[in-house]
Amino acid sequence: MISLKIDGKEIQVPRGTMLLEACRKAGADLPTLCYDEDLRLAGSCRMCVVEAKGRPNLLAACVMPAENGMDIQTESPDVVEARKVILELLTARHKFDCHVCEKDGECKLQDYCYRYGVKESRFSGEGPHFYKEDPNPFIERDYDKCIMCTRCVRACEEITGADAINLEDRGHHAKISTAFNGILADSTCVFCGQCVMVCPVGALTSKVSAGKGKAAQNKKVLTTCTYCGTGCTLELNVNNDKVVGVTSNRDREYSPVNKGALCVKGRFGWDFIHSPERLTTPLIRENGELRPASWEEALDYAAGKLSGIKEKYGADTLAMFTSARVTNEENYLAQKFMRAAIGTNNVDHCARL
Amino acid sequence: MEEMRILLKYADQINPESAQDYIKVGGYKGLEKARLMEKKALIEEVKKSGLRGRGGAGFNAGMKWSFVPQDAPVKYVVCNLDEGEPGTYKDRIICEKNAHALLEGMAICGAAIGSDQGYIYCRGEYPFIVKLLKNAVQSAKQAGALGNFDIEVRMGAGAYVCGEETALIESIEGHRGEPRFKPPFPGVAGLWGVPTVVNNVETFACLPYILTNGAQWFATIGAAKYPGTKVVTLTGDIVNATYFEVPTNMTLRDVIFKLGGGIKNGKKFKAVQVGGTSGAFIPEENLDTPIDFDSMGTIGAALGSGAVLVLDETRDIVDTVARITKFFEHESCGKCNPCREGTFRMREMVQKVNEGKGTERDLESILLLARVMRRASLCGLGQAAPIPVESTIKHFKYEYMRKLI
Amino acid sequence: MANYKDLIASQQGKKGGIIEAFHAIQSEYNYIPKEALEEAAKVFGMSEAKAYGVATFYSYLSTEKRGKYIIRMCESAPCHVAGADAVIKAIENYLGIATGQTTADGKFTLELTECIGQCQATPVITVNSEPIFNVTPDMIPSILSAYK
Repeated sequence: MISLKIDGKEIQVPRGTMLLEACRKAGADLPTLCYDEDLRLAGSCRMCVVEAKGRPNLLAACVMPAENGMDIQTESPDVVEARKVILELLTARHKFDCHVCEKDGECKLQDYCYRYGVKESRFSGEGPHFYKEDPNPFIERDYDKCIMCTRCVRACEEITGADAINLEDRGHHAKISTAFNGILADSTCVFCGQCVMVCPVGALTSKVSAGKGKAAQNKKVLTTCTYCGTGCTLELNVNNDKVVGVTSNRDREYSPVNKGALCVKGRFGWDFIHSPERLTTPLIRENGELRPASWEEALDYAAGKLSGIKEKYGADTLAMFTSARVTNEENYLAQKFMRAAIGTNNVDHCARL
Repeated sequence: MEEMRILLKYADQINPESAQDYIKVGGYKGLEKARLMEKKALIEEVKKSGLRGRGGAGFNAGMKWSFVPQDAPVKYVVCNLDEGEPGTYKDRIICEKNAHALLEGMAICGAAIGSDQGYIYCRGEYPFIVKLLKNAVQSAKQAGALGNFDIEVRMGAGAYVCGEETALIESIEGHRGEPRFKPPFPGVAGLWGVPTVVNNVETFACLPYILTNGAQWFATIGAAKYPGTKVVTLTGDIVNATYFEVPTNMTLRDVIFKLGGGIKNGKKFKAVQVGGTSGAFIPEENLDTPIDFDSMGTIGAALGSGAVLVLDETRDIVDTVARITKFFEHESCGKCNPCREGTFRMREMVQKVNEGKGTERDLESILLLARVMRRASLCGLGQAAPIPVESTIKHFKYEYMRKLI
Repeated sequence: MANYKDLIASQQGKKGGIIEAFHAIQSEYNYIPKEALEEAAKVFGMSEAKAYGVATFYSYLSTEKRGKYIIRMCESAPCHVAGADAVIKAIENYLGIATGQTTADGKFTLELTECIGQCQATPVITVNSEPIFNVTPDMIPSILSAYK
């Protein structure tokens, strides 16, 4: 264990603990933009800088191991000055349209500007524009709001393994880009939206949810995804009793299976919920026409037909094909039904392919 | 005071590619001696010589080597020949005049840390040096001079930031040349994650002479705390725009007026920027400072790479600084916020002042930004980028003031 | 012209050698064609996005087609105070292009560069990496007319 002083408070942490963690342990709330506990460290946003007595430079707490005897100030005038200037530099390149931004109320840049009283930037001037027109139906890429934290790049590499995006160019011209700065559909992108999940600002947002309710106005309802048997936790965004989006809950306690990560279906494939074309009652086809029926009638009808076929043509003329959208238990019951009730081994499953 | 040639003693008298030529003038003796020494004793000898990094940071070379864990199975010796600092070409000169001293120095370092693989990272602007060095390595191998130490030459591709040792390592690995955060330092986790010593060409090239003549001999040359010689390159409004190898206790005034022959066209001196484009501008009253690392530090400057850019009385300081801010805007890697956005906004504001459109408020913002960049940037590029701006506002403020609205 | 696949294969043994491969490609093509970048990414086990990130990071590498002769004008401080601006204008006037452009006949591309380490003889330009020293605006026609 090593001892150090943080904002005058003596604390002890194991050797190798980063200053960020030590500061948080001491009750100091350090702002971070590029830091993400599920991703490799970047140390690039410099928002978490702190002052260490006797050192000329400010230290980025997320990448600086705590050392024995350090005397750290987390909100000294120099630290606050640096954070303000960094925020002003970011606001100078960031398109400020909070009033129409999907992330309004859940944006780290907005929160920190509020916290440090940054109303306007002393450094606003010209600047290149980075908005990327991308016709894909899922992900909006408004890099005019990008703050270059590179969490999307790291999430794409480390969580999904798709490696679809990286950086193009360098310096102030650097931007997030696929190979040859193309559209996502032409890249190795699988539209899982992990990039949207980790984006701390409104640069990457869901096109499917656009205009249906700002992040902060939506009620978040935890549920389990029904697309497959993996059992991913997802967070339904509910506005006026309607599902308007799906976001990730990255808390291990609530999302033990997927830690927030989702696939394209889980994150973007929810618009069927309120679709007028959605089936809400069983239908029976009579004389080529479908008519609504009750569950009781429909089940009796199906059972009767199955028994009839079995009696007339034999059990092996029937087969059951099940789906990855139901649980293991349901799949178990389905094959049990075929073997015990119908009497055939003709069972198969879409995930076998 | 006069030049003192150690590294460049046989300049133009030997073929820089030929190991035989180099051996004829006493070459590879230092390596022979180093090989007979215990690793610890060898590092101790280098430490005792007081040799400090010639790339700019001025860290004791032997000390740097001593951080390398001896028990690591694979270790690398990397030579920084990225030399991107504008006004600097001393590493090129050392290669063109005495390439084998560099190779021998790398092999000595290899013997000290227990590494048999070296890399030279040569800037993309020097394809002819890459060729020269490849031939020199070949010649050394044929002469059996390097023993089992191998050297591979890699070429950069136009990125000043790759002079920063961790960016250089990233570049050898085939990545974007973005600096890593430190710790871990390269001595512990460097190239491909293994312990790596990165030193400048000039640092390596000093080693054969230290080993041959003894640490004590080297320690008594030049300034006591930064001993040895330094190759300096003179540019700008100077009569002798060329290179010199000088003892480190020579004053700036002697470098400029004795060796450099003074200001061109009979004009008067206005300012000198030492250490390359990231260095401070120094006014007349500080010229009697010796060029060594610590003495330069006392006047808020740095010896850096040893570049000396002299400006005469007619030069427009703000215009020159505006150009320099454009350099940093172009060379920022873009990884950290203070540097990526800061170098861009700094250029914007200094340019505005230079064009006569700036206000006192702009000057305040420039100084505020400079302070934060210097203290909060991830690597030396962003930390040093504001120095020319700050030092000129300190020493030549009237030049800025007269351009304000 | 050497096949880009052979050029890349010649560097394959070098760990992390994708930048060396890019140099080899550029020495033949003067830029890195799309297919060559894709091939290099494959050979060096890197995603295309990452390889593209590398190619666009370094100012000597280009993913866009360039002329037969690449003129680079140094504009760092030593060349700047020696009159680089006037030389740039002279080159632009002579070739009838702006900096960053290629002449219509595909012969010359004009780029700006930072210090190339030949500061004993400022201002300096390079043509396909060969430095030319102490350049003045009136020398430009005779220098460039030598390139056929």
